[in-house]
Amino acid sequence: MKLSFVVNGQPREAEVRPMARLLDVLREDLRLTGAKEGCGEGECGACTVLLDGQSACACLVPAVQAQGATVLTVEGLGDDPRLARLQEGFVRCGAAQCGICTPGFLMTAAELCQKGQVLSRAEVRDAVAGNLCRCTGYQKIIDAVEEALCADQPR
Amino acid sequence: MAQLIGEGIGRVDGPAKVSGRALYVDDLHVPGCYYGATVRSTHAHALIRGITLNLDYDWSDVIVVTSVDIPGENVIALMTDDQPALAEQVVRHVTEPIALVAAPTREKALEAARNVRIEYQPLPAIIDMARSRGEEPRIFGNDNVFKKLELRLGDVKAVTGGVLIEGEYEVGHQEQLYIEPQGVLAVPREDGGVTIIGSLQCPYYVVKALIRVLGHDKLNVVQAATGGGFGGKEEYPSMLSAHAALLATRAGRPVKMVYRRDEDLRATTKRHPARVKLSTRVDESGRLLSLDADVLMDGGAYNTLSPVVISRAALHVSGPYRWETAHVRAAVVATHTPPNGAFRGFGAPQAMFAVERHLDKIARTLSIDPVELRRMNLLREGDLTVTGQVVKAPGGLLALDAALAAADESPLPPLSPIPGGGGDAARRLPGRGVSVVFHGCGFTGNGEAKIKSKVILELQGERIRVLTGSTDIGQGTDTIFPQLVASVLDIPLSWVEMAPHDTALVPDSGPTVASRTAMVVGGVVDAAARKLHAALQVEARRSAPFAELARARRARGPLRVEHQHQPDPSLRWDDERYIGDAYPTYAWMATVVDLAVDIDTGEVTYRRLITATDIGRALNPVLASGQIEGGALQALGWATFEEVVTDGKGLMLNDRLTNYIIPTAADAPEMVTLLIENPYEGGPFGAKGLGEIPMDGPAAAVAQAIEAATGAVLNRLPMTPERVLEATP
Repeated sequence: MKLSFVVNGQPREAEVRPMARLLDVLREDLRLTGAKEGCGEGECGACTVLLDGQSACACLVPAVQAQGATVLTVEGLGDDPRLARLQEGFVRCGAAQCGICTPGFLMTAAELCQKGQVLSRAEVRDAVAGNLCRCTGYQKIIDAVEEALCADQPR
Repeated sequence: MAQLIGEGIGRVDGPAKVSGRALYVDDLHVPGCYYGATVRSTHAHALIRGITLNLDYDWSDVIVVTSVDIPGENVIALMTDDQPALAEQVVRHVTEPIALVAAPTREKALEAARNVRIEYQPLPAIIDMARSRGEEPRIFGNDNVFKKLELRLGDVKAVTGGVLIEGEYEVGHQEQLYIEPQGVLAVPREDGGVTIIGSLQCPYYVVKALIRVLGHDKLNVVQAATGGGFGGKEEYPSMLSAHAALLATRAGRPVKMVYRRDEDLRATTKRHPARVKLSTRVDESGRLLSLDADVLMDGGAYNTLSPVVISRAALHVSGPYRWETAHVRAAVVATHTPPNGAFRGFGAPQAMFAVERHLDKIARTLSIDPVELRRMNLLREGDLTVTGQVVKAPGGLLALDAALAAADESPLPPLSPIPGGGGDAARRLPGRGVSVVFHGCGFTGNGEAKIKSKVILELQGERIRVLTGSTDIGQGTDTIFPQLVASVLDIPLSWVEMAPHDTALVPDSGPTVASRTAMVVGGVVDAAARKLHAALQVEARRSAPFAELARARRARGPLRVEHQHQPDPSLRWDDERYIGDAYPTYAWMATVVDLAVDIDTGEVTYRRLITATDIGRALNPVLASGQIEGGALQALGWATFEEVVTDGKGLMLNDRLTNYIIPTAADAPEMVTLLIENPYEGGPFGAKGLGEIPMDGPAAAVAQAIEAATGAVLNRLPMTPERVLEATP
């Protein structure tokens, strides 16, 4: 079946199998391999994308559900200067080590940035608890997300 | 020019990793690629009576490989040749690979694997390590012992005074849980050889293993961006690469094998379970008179790296303390369970959990403060370790004092309310725990002298390429090596780049393991940079800054220098008797953990983790502290969350991320990470190894904190809520 949706600001079409997952369509049909598969069951969050502005595990989303939707993946983050700052902060703070979880964390953080919420550090921890990282102990990820959220606040 | 050493510059692969451009093995798109899958044993020990294909299935586009199709030897060469690439007549553990299939899609490959029928004749199996040594059936050698060793300092039997204090400590498996599962792509080469592109730590291990399996050396191994390893991608990628190479060679096309998470959890190596018995004598002031230690580890069905793991356990079971006499016996035995292997710490965490808990027992028995007991006995300048090594510039006290001072100074985050629990803080008891550990940096004894790590630097114009087999698996060596070169030569960082980690290009720098890459290979990089400068001065017949000489020869061809690690000639090690300088130097770390225990559920909530680590010199403090924080959280996971549950055949039952629980950001404490600079003259700019030590200490500190909070004395990991409740008086 044919799927039409907007990915990273571009209208895209793909011929997909009925049971295909959004993750497969992004990675295999559109060759957007930024979203990673760490578990295939929505536990690790490495495949997180924004689906109509909401974070979602692309491994759990049937591709057909994205019909007509707007999808943002890590490849599209840099187009928004505010989100490009988030990416830059991840590098500077040391929030990325092996990097396999990084796209997922960035997408979860991007949703927080876009919603413009004011969060305490503990709330940031809860907000990103759907993404697993095994390298960093999370300290520097929380630093980077907190910094990005603070930078977004009006002064 | 800015001095780059000590600068927390962002990792060089950072921009690619935050934009999705970094390519991990599963991201590589290769036209015509097949996907591989593995048929695995469902028995712990059995004869293979037959391998048949379901004839009702469509095999027309499926490649099948069994042991008879191996062109070379059926062995995964590592320390010994006991492990086959594919089981032949016998399977020795559940999940042992028996056959391989490849098909045009992943789905078809998995389906095809289910249509390969294995007929077994089950045999008696040994699952419990306590029933292995000298028992039947024989799995390895004459007595099922992969390696046993013994070391002595003085005569423990001559010590009869003081108080006798005994204890037994136990730890289970732990899964590395890199977020990227194991994966390899094998691509046939035009010359009949094969290229392996994989998620791996040690490309030359794979070369060594594949030469034997394939029976030729027309191969090269390339490290793809690697999504975590922690030891789990030290030796296992040799197995997976062998499988992918066999399929690709047979199919005459590229074959990709990427494990699903459940397969990765069930089939790949884990931390060795261990049981440690300690019998000690201590005088009434708390002075440590004698240590008698008996360490037993479960190696699983094949040897892998177990002899080195047990060695490191034996060398760390003393903890960072001065014992007047010691007798350590250690053995790693075979069982019919999936082989255990490398995991950050490599035997030391198991051993030091035991000795740190034992110090708590001594403190309790003698009514001495556990921190003061540690302070009194920590190794000091000139003391002897249990191998008789003279301690130089120890950092234990520095670390302990720094961590305790930070615990007093930095604020303790408030306890967040229990979700749905009405916020009753009185139902949670606070506790603080302290531990001190050390970790030998680099290979044990003569290991580095045998490995002879090499690095090549290549100058072309104003560009230096660093060629090394040491891999960056997230720890940041692709960043600190250029930092070292640029600092030594006083040139901009932009002049220096890393060559791809492809064995067709780079020399063998030894494996990326053992807290050795920054210290040992970094030292070779440092020396190679000096050699390059010297070569340039010889060529130019004058002394001048490197940049000036490099610019002057811009139009000329490339200049290459190679350097090989030169071990400190003053180090002495007797590998038979385990006497002498076990390691060139040690890192030291103190941990202070604050937590709260829910008295209704036994659940532990972490509030703050302070670590102070003597790492010699922080080459890049952002990367260094990131290593320590990540390793420390793995240790907290091991302490209270992570338990591998197996059935009676040794099969991992909780083979998903929904039931093998690692800490999330909400579970992790706020961390205060202090880097103590106590330079080691043998390391580049004074740096020591730091990758593994954060795994060693936190679990024991957690146990002490739980005891302080509740009175529960726990000597077994993990300390799950059920065990905490059960042990609470």
